[in-house]
Amino acid sequence: MSTIIKTEKLVFTYEGAETPTLKGLDLEIEEGSFVAILGHNGSGKSTLAKHLNGILLPTSGRVLVDGMDTAQEENLLAVRHTVGMVFQNPDNQIVANVVEDDVAFGPENLGIPPAEIRRRVDDALTSVQMYEFRNHAPHLLSGGQKQRVAIAGILAMKPRCIVLDEPTAMLDPVGRGEVLDTITRLNRQEGITVILVTHHMEECIGADRLVIMSGGSILMDGSPREIFPRVEEMEAASLGVPDTTRLLYALNRQGCSLPLEAITTEECAQALMRVFGHKE
Amino acid sequence: MLRDITLGQYYPGDTLIHRLDPRTKLVLTMVYIVALFTAIVYAGYALVFLFLAVSILISRIRLKSILSGLKPLIVIVLITGILNLFYTKGEHLLVHFWRISIYWEGVETAVFMALRIMLLIAGTLLLTYTTSPLQLTDGLESLLNPLKKIHVPVHELAMMMSIALRFIPTLIEETDKIMSAQRARGADFETGGLIAKAKALLPLLIPLFVSAFRRADELATAMESRCYHGGEGRTRMKQLRMARRDWAALAVGVLLLALVILFRRLGI
Ligand SMILES: Nc1ncnc2c1ncn2[C@@H]1O[C@H](COP(=O)(O)OP(=O)(O)OP(=O)(O)O)[C@@H](O)[C@H]1O
Ligand SMILES: [Mg+2]
Repeated sequence: MSTIIKTEKLVFTYEGAETPTLKGLDLEIEEGSFVAILGHNGSGKSTLAKHLNGILLPTSGRVLVDGMDTAQEENLLAVRHTVGMVFQNPDNQIVANVVEDDVAFGPENLGIPPAEIRRRVDDALTSVQMYEFRNHAPHLLSGGQKQRVAIAGILAMKPRCIVLDEPTAMLDPVGRGEVLDTITRLNRQEGITVILVTHHMEECIGADRLVIMSGGSILMDGSPREIFPRVEEMEAASLGVPDTTRLLYALNRQGCSLPLEAITTEECAQALMRVFGHKE
Repeated sequence: MLRDITLGQYYPGDTLIHRLDPRTKLVLTMVYIVALFTAIVYAGYALVFLFLAVSILISRIRLKSILSGLKPLIVIVLITGILNLFYTKGEHLLVHFWRISIYWEGVETAVFMALRIMLLIAGTLLLTYTTSPLQLTDGLESLLNPLKKIHVPVHELAMMMSIALRFIPTLIEETDKIMSAQRARGADFETGGLIAKAKALLPLLIPLFVSAFRRADELATAMESRCYHGGEGRTRMKQLRMARRDWAALAVGVLLLALVILFRRLGI
């Protein structure tokens, strides 16, 4: 597998700030993978995300997207075409009064011929299951629907990687489920690299890789199965673990010896059955 | 209460008027306005009125919607009417008492001025009722395109306009929310005189502005992320296309203007 995004000793200091927000990050994202980034408030997740498509430029170090340095002005369009970005508040990223016109915005900026834009818009809306809403006004949609329109707007540009910065933070559980399903499907079926910044442990369970950030550095990096069982370390970084792991961990402290790697509900249930399940 | 605002409202439909190219509708509205200001008396006004009435009929926009759009302007219409009534001098004195004299010419001017304002607004309302904001800004951008040669930022202006239209409902929703929040803390927006009301609005405007600036900042970032880099090299999904009906409609507009000019010459 090839690398799609690479940061080299990425340091970033906001103007007027005394200490750097990002303190020399080295991160490599494999094409086609699903990476979740987790970290407490102010740990620099959004700042990192904004470096991945050249909205912010490193104070020192480099960010390479498909080999292109984001600091070079002439690469900027190609970088943003490769890495799409979805933000937290769906209201503030929708530009048009009609759903399909909004989805067309990205491809229009890329100068794609009208007929091809039409095709891409229809495909993207179908892909996020919003096709029947194509003529609706975005402000009348639910939060989850708006966020899926925003994702369609990125998809229509055919990016190879999508970065989502807390896309579910403003949504109710139903909307959150819709968005997460959409993201997972895009990764698994269409092979789009997904980088998901989130606060919800449950959203990380399906990821291939989990990056834990703290104070502008990477604290832990590995698969969710490797990281979540390190309950003490996670709590020291003022982060939680999924309820499944927490339950197994609590039982272990009561004297059981259950595998903490059982992070999905399914696996957790099976692990519990193996120990407690006596079929009458 | 804020939801009653009809600014930029669009009633979707599939009538001939809806399907006209937005550029045609913009030009026709201009022609209509010029005709309205060219008409002096009866015949001219009748013709302009007929043009509007037929357009409204074809568009199937309900008369009620047009009237409700006119309502906020009643005061202006009345003031214009009254001023013209009292200040126009003429030859046929109708009433004279104390220092006020009303002439027949005054009555005529007052009625025609009031009519002119109402017809003007009704015509532009029909345009916004039958044309989606995006079509409207696209049409405007396309019509003003020649001005790019003299460095007028036509694309940017059109983009600003369409974004403003896009955010009107969002900001109205937000205003409602802030108002409820402040009402819950005892704010009173309804009672008191004009000054008291204006004062009550101040704590409403500040959070609204703060939030609008934050939104603008986030929107700019989102637009850049979607490769927005101005109008250069940009294509459009929905191309504007002039059909036969557009040329026919423009021909009707030219005829209207020609007749109104003729009537003006004849003084009817
Ligand atoms: N525009 C800015 N100017 C100055 N400092 C900023 C700016 N944006 C963020 N910061 C600071 O940088 C640090 C990291 O912020 P960032 O938004 O990247 O954190 P985050 O991990 O995304 O947090 P959250 O979970 O709250 O979204 C914070 O201390 C914040 O105060
Ligand atoms: Mg953040």
